[in-house]
Amino acid sequence: MTGRIVVAGASMGGLRAAEQLRAAGWTGAVTVVGDEPHMPYNRPPLSKEVLAGKAPFESLAFTPKAAAADVEWRLGTKVVSARLRERAVVLEDGTSLSYDGLVVATGMRPRRLRCPGPVTGRHTVRTLADAQGLRDELTRPGVRVVVVGAGFIGCEVAATAVGLGAAEVTVVDPLALPMVGPLGELLARALLKRHEERGVRFRLGVGVAGFEGLSRVTGVVLSDGTVLPADVVVESVGSVANVEWLDGNGLDLSDGVLTDVWLRAGGRPDVVAVGDVARFPNARYDGVPRRVEHWSIPTDTARHAAKTLVAHLGGGDVELAPFAPLPTFWSDQHDFRLQSFGAPGLGLDDVRVLDGGPDGDVLVGYHVDGRLVGVVALGGQAAAMGAAKYRAQLLKQPALTV
Amino acid sequence: MKVVVDMNKCQDHGQCVFASPDVFSMDDDGHLAYVPDPDDALRDEVEEAADVCPLQAIRIEG
Repeated sequence: MTGRIVVAGASMGGLRAAEQLRAAGWTGAVTVVGDEPHMPYNRPPLSKEVLAGKAPFESLAFTPKAAAADVEWRLGTKVVSARLRERAVVLEDGTSLSYDGLVVATGMRPRRLRCPGPVTGRHTVRTLADAQGLRDELTRPGVRVVVVGAGFIGCEVAATAVGLGAAEVTVVDPLALPMVGPLGELLARALLKRHEERGVRFRLGVGVAGFEGLSRVTGVVLSDGTVLPADVVVESVGSVANVEWLDGNGLDLSDGVLTDVWLRAGGRPDVVAVGDVARFPNARYDGVPRRVEHWSIPTDTARHAAKTLVAHLGGGDVELAPFAPLPTFWSDQHDFRLQSFGAPGLGLDDVRVLDGGPDGDVLVGYHVDGRLVGVVALGGQAAAMGAAKYRAQLLKQPALTV
Repeated sequence: MKVVVDMNKCQDHGQCVFASPDVFSMDDDGHLAYVPDPDDALRDEVEEAADVCPLQAIRIEG
């Protein structure tokens, strides 16, 4: 097979796509384009081990597979536009790259708060540079930290900041409980208690109205008028898909890139999307397209999308199975772990304790029409292993009807 | 094929066990155990195990 596949995005999804293109038999050129200056690296430790100083930044680099050794890496630049009908993308410096196949792997960027106030002292955690900058600030003696957003990143950063000895760590969220969206009320309540017992404060059910300070932030103004003094603010309020470069091609870009069950975008056999930018229907569940920001998704999507793309470029009439991954996520906070298999978010109306209790190690099941669709464990490593025992059962479940 | 797991990095997530149960397992204490010199026929599943390790602690040599 000759020609070129361009992979837009050089994070985990881009790397896995390049590797899986080779694994799927693509022998033509592969060019990966990414805006960060670094080779692809592993992001989860940025809010945990690396932020805590327990692992060096250098330890994050992925080791690309030998089969991908001849991949061309164009780093420190990005794709700024695409003409899919002409099969060409344009880079920041104006260079045009033609392609036979295109992999969309441009991922997400942190959403920022738009309320008034100074910018200096406000951080996000997505990139190596972000984590380096935040670590420098969190390690100053007596530092007061306000984390805006009680999701995965917010809860992890709050736990890390307490572990680093920050004088005050307060998490603010308009919802009533931390991580209540993905976990539901029962586990979110247990999570809140554990954080509070370990020194994290919470201001829940209240939003952020603005930031105080002249040249740098000194406080966070809440929507009820109270002000939280702050030396450092971490904004962990969700993310925005990097899809602007695909504008003007008739794609559905309303929340990431909409794909079909084979991860093709816009019905084009030569364009696939991978990673958290892909909004795909999971044939295992209800067929509703969703973006999934779990760490396992870049690898899962790359494996499938590479087969889709190489099958098309190879000209063969290959019958491909629809994409149907079993989602999984974990989160390490303080001395405990959350471990999930399946889709707990679909079963939030029927949550049952399967093992243990909210005050200790606990395993929770999420159900739709009485059927288990996801499990989440909260506690020590034994609890996480307890969740894994349900993985086989979740894999065997027939698809949820639409 | 030689498999090396950096046990300083490993946090016993067990994802490798799902990907390659012939090579990786959890012992009774919930800690990782593995076959350091698996048969080459298992390469695909060992590569998958290396891919899905959250700590990227698994290295395949040769």
